[in-house]
Amino acid sequence: MIFLSLFYEFFKAGLFAVGGGLATIPFLKEISAKTGWFTLSQLTDMIAISESTPGPMGVNCATYVGFETAGILGSITATIGLITPSVIIIILISKILEKFRNNRYVDAAFFGLRAASVALIAEAGISVAALTFVKSGNTVAERISWPGIILALVILYFSRYCKWTKKLHPIVFILFSALVGIIFSL
Amino acid sequence: MLFDLFITFAKVGVMTFGGGYAMLPILQREIVENKSWATEEDLADYYAIGQCTPGIIAINTATFVGTKQKGIIGGIVASLGMVFPSLVIITAIAALLSNFADIPLVQHAFSGIRVAVVVLIFNSVLKLIKGAVKDYFALGIFLLILLLALFTDIGTVYLVVISAILGIVINTIRKRKEAEK
Repeated sequence: MIFLSLFYEFFKAGLFAVGGGLATIPFLKEISAKTGWFTLSQLTDMIAISESTPGPMGVNCATYVGFETAGILGSITATIGLITPSVIIIILISKILEKFRNNRYVDAAFFGLRAASVALIAEAGISVAALTFVKSGNTVAERISWPGIILALVILYFSRYCKWTKKLHPIVFILFSALVGIIFSL
Repeated sequence: MLFDLFITFAKVGVMTFGGGYAMLPILQREIVENKSWATEEDLADYYAIGQCTPGIIAINTATFVGTKQKGIIGGIVASLGMVFPSLVIITAIAALLSNFADIPLVQHAFSGIRVAVVVLIFNSVLKLIKGAVKDYFALGIFLLILLLALFTDIGTVYLVVISAILGIVINTIRKRKEAEK
């Protein structure tokens, strides 16, 4: 029963992958080795496509693997399998938090957690920045992607400082950058 | 309300390019500013919990916001809304284009999109810092975790646990000092 095993494999990935979409990749490799539903090179394509389409990466991967394995019903089954553990766990935590949110120790823990959370987001941003602005080359000047830096400064100005545009929806800046990328072949 | 939850998170799903972090600027706009379903501080809390619990951060956050608005059903509906665009788009691409990621136009567009995502995350982090880092103790925890995350291999789960313990220790000492005065 392919749907049952799809659900089970992605349920496991959802249950044990801690910390975002990239954490699901080792599980996908394991599924590939164990079931032969897809090859490792297919998996590389799937990851590339998941990264270049809207939607959270882990969800995109599950949908893609499910579709390649068992068509449209497969993609729905794999995706539901992936998100079921999150939904159950978070609903439980959310109910518990409602009761204990005003507890002195819980409140103190969140004082630390909140600062750490922002630090981890900043770290993720720095990693993406390194991938985006640094390329291969011999000298420091060659390694920096200057068109990328210039585009970043332009976006920074319009999204943060220019008073006529800074209230625009973030998607406007994303689409603008996509267009600039296409026009200037970034 | 349930319909609103579904549509709003489907919108967030369509506009997210990358992982849960790329979603943050969109969440701030749609959930905090447009709908007022959560505050900036709530978002930081959700991400903190999302980082140390199993599952995809995007789904964890959707479930949190949905559950807070409309109970268990709300959590489920918000998460389904979040994955709905992925299901449609990926299925269409998988069915029609086998080499989607190799198309030069797509590659150039995404080189551009990545730049915008970096800048938008930077803006989002500055907004979150205002709510999450209000004094020198919080700043200390922020810098410590940032440095550990950048330069060591310590797992995220441990970093999150360390920060919770630091929060409890610092606040307990602070309360004691206030009591002495």
